[in-house]
Amino acid sequence: MSTIPAQSGSSGDTPLWKKYQAANHFRSKEEEFDACKLGMWLFLTTEVLLFAGIFVGYAIFRMLYPQAWANGSSYLDWRWGGLNTVVLLVSSYTMAVSIHHAQLNNQSALRRNLLITVLCGAAFIAIKLTFEYIPKWSAGKAPGGSFFNYPFAGDPHEPLWWGIYYCGTGIHALHVVIGMSLIFWVYLKARKGHYGPDHYTGVEVVGLYWHLVDLIWIFLFPLLYLIG
Amino acid sequence: MSQHAATADGNEDMSTIDHHGSHAVGGHHDEGSYLSPKGGMISTMWAWATTIDHKKLGVMYLAAVLTLFFLGGVAALAVRVELFQPTTMVDGQITGQVFQVEGGAVSAGHAIYNRIFTLHGAIMVFMVIVPGIPSALGNFLLPIMLGAKDVAFPRLNLLSWWVYVIGSVLGVVSIIMGGVDTGWTFYTPYSTSTDWDVYTRVVLMIGAAFVLGFSSILTGLNFVVTVHKLRAPGMGWFDMPLFVWAIYSTAIIQVLATPVIGITLLLLIFERLFHVGIFDPAIGGDPVLFQHFFWFYSHPVVYVMILPAFGIISELITVHAHKKIFGYRAMAFASLGVAFVSFLVWGHHMFASMGEMASAVFSALTFLVAIPTAVKVFNWVATLYKGSIQFTTPMVYSLFFLFLFTIGGLTGLPLGTLSTDLHLHDSYFVVAHFHYVMMGGTIIAFVGGIHHWWPKMFGKMYNELWATVGACLVFLGFNLTFFTQFILGTRGMPRRYATYIPEFTDLHQLSTYGSFILLLGFLVHLFVFIHSLVAGRPAPKNPWGGLSLEWEADSPPIEHNFHHEPLVKHGPYDFETNVPPHWDPKDYPIPASNFTAAKH
Repeated sequence: MSTIPAQSGSSGDTPLWKKYQAANHFRSKEEEFDACKLGMWLFLTTEVLLFAGIFVGYAIFRMLYPQAWANGSSYLDWRWGGLNTVVLLVSSYTMAVSIHHAQLNNQSALRRNLLITVLCGAAFIAIKLTFEYIPKWSAGKAPGGSFFNYPFAGDPHEPLWWGIYYCGTGIHALHVVIGMSLIFWVYLKARKGHYGPDHYTGVEVVGLYWHLVDLIWIFLFPLLYLIG
Repeated sequence: MSQHAATADGNEDMSTIDHHGSHAVGGHHDEGSYLSPKGGMISTMWAWATTIDHKKLGVMYLAAVLTLFFLGGVAALAVRVELFQPTTMVDGQITGQVFQVEGGAVSAGHAIYNRIFTLHGAIMVFMVIVPGIPSALGNFLLPIMLGAKDVAFPRLNLLSWWVYVIGSVLGVVSIIMGGVDTGWTFYTPYSTSTDWDVYTRVVLMIGAAFVLGFSSILTGLNFVVTVHKLRAPGMGWFDMPLFVWAIYSTAIIQVLATPVIGITLLLLIFERLFHVGIFDPAIGGDPVLFQHFFWFYSHPVVYVMILPAFGIISELITVHAHKKIFGYRAMAFASLGVAFVSFLVWGHHMFASMGEMASAVFSALTFLVAIPTAVKVFNWVATLYKGSIQFTTPMVYSLFFLFLFTIGGLTGLPLGTLSTDLHLHDSYFVVAHFHYVMMGGTIIAFVGGIHHWWPKMFGKMYNELWATVGACLVFLGFNLTFFTQFILGTRGMPRRYATYIPEFTDLHQLSTYGSFILLLGFLVHLFVFIHSLVAGRPAPKNPWGGLSLEWEADSPPIEHNFHHEPLVKHGPYDFETNVPPHWDPKDYPIPASNFTAAKH
């Protein structure tokens, strides 16, 4: 992002978003904004297809070994999953609101909502680790068919269920962490005044990514926690 | 997306450049060639390593791809040398085995053979053919052909280059550690159980393919956005050169198919490291699921390999025959059609593991691929009809392509037919078919394309005579190497075997001789390229008389490609109505006696 000094006036007072110029190879800021959005949508398509592998694996093994899937699902507590769903939905709301405030030039509301979004992401990971991963792990409910044995298992195919569970939620959790980092970076830039009504590409694009992370959880939650 | 998509109006105006005031290039102007060094050697190297210029990235990809092509080619020659004679045991003496382990059994030598053909396959597929044309020529040409200054996301482009480098290094490290013997397909459960002594090699090689996939996705994404957003004023969708259409279709496959191999390889790595048993039947998984996932990517990806080659041939044939392409829209839609059908045919790699109904459906869908590809071949031939054909190296390569690709395509039909596939699958017939398409198609078009755009990329002409000699050697060697393999396949020679029954010896030896003629041909090309860089005559702006926008840029182009943003007033193939800009027929390396541009 090349910024050039403002045309006139005291450049110290002009907020950075007013000084923003599109990169040299774009004809206008609008064109750059559209290109970035299209790029992110394409990237989201690849993310959906990445998770599609997990979902197809889930569907096939569920069909083949329904009992193992029912048993596996019964070890999960839907209340923690539900709480995390609420946490993510709230974060999606604050993310959408951030874009709104960037468009209206409400700088403090923009910063506040971005920060809440990051904290929600952190809360999601904390709940996941404290109440789900760590207790299960210490109870021997870990991924892997030959490093661990499953004395509690009622069906020989339960290790497979744990494999899908850990791969699906684990890769999703990684996306949450990446999303949080990106939003935090946007937050730092927002503090310097990079975003405003004329230029909020970063908030918009990272927001799109965050909504997808949310959406994937919306599919993982019922599949893993609710249907047995 | 259509704010500047005013279509060309068929204006007979000869000039294509309009000094377009309102869109004048802003900011700093560097009018020197993109190749001219800045400062000392260290700073020049640093400038190249951190460049976001699509042209420099394209040249770096080209260098890397050609180097890896050499590495993969040496492995192929090693395979052919081993197959020169069958391995036999007479009185405890092993004869005919090249990779013999000192004091070891025959099987130890065969294990080395397995690693070498895997090395050949993995390098050629993941590091050469998939990224080859889109990343090297596509990066260099796509923005110029669109009249843009760069791709939509130049820094992302730099990232995908370095991701490609990291992936290739991982693959090469895995080879240095001793190599992988799974074949390039990594089928489970073999790939999750082989080499437990130093199991990291398999993980490294799979990791390399995963990382290279990332590079492929980012490049594809970048190209799709570039085509949508950065076309020059006046360039509508149907004013784009067909090379751009081909790269666009390729990019769509790259974006939509690669994530699936991403998750598959990731799960395979988890399986290898943590025993998450999704694919290994010993721990509850399903190996056929792996094959479905693998081919859901890897079948579309063979069209990632061949589609850009189609694009190159469309450019080469039109420019070197000075003839408007026959059926422009049919060509553009055939590219998209191939991309679409490519997603529906993965099951033909698993006829043996599916039910009858599913096999029949996949067989029928497979035949659909023949329609758009045949449309293309017929259109190229129709384009040549009554054209002013000049037998330059690019044209010679185009004609070779038509010949070889047609054989490659037609031999795909018996493989898609259930009853014949039963006999031919996993035989040398498949090997020969694949090489006729991938090498006779993609590599031949790639080398032809390198010659066509060489003057533009490096600003130097190459020696036409010696380049043609090299091309003919490649053609001869290629056919000798692989046509024999069709015959071997129909007689029952199975693929991936390190030895064979003595009856096959003659054909195998012919094939090996052919592979060395192939090597000779490529060495001739190498020397032609080096000679051109050192002592080639400076290239004019438009040596071949092309009409697409890259021929309006300098040779080599300036850093921002064009001095002024071009305004497109005619289609890329309107040779009947337009004299190519900056063109003097005397520039043609072959004397053109009765040859004028607008003689039709």
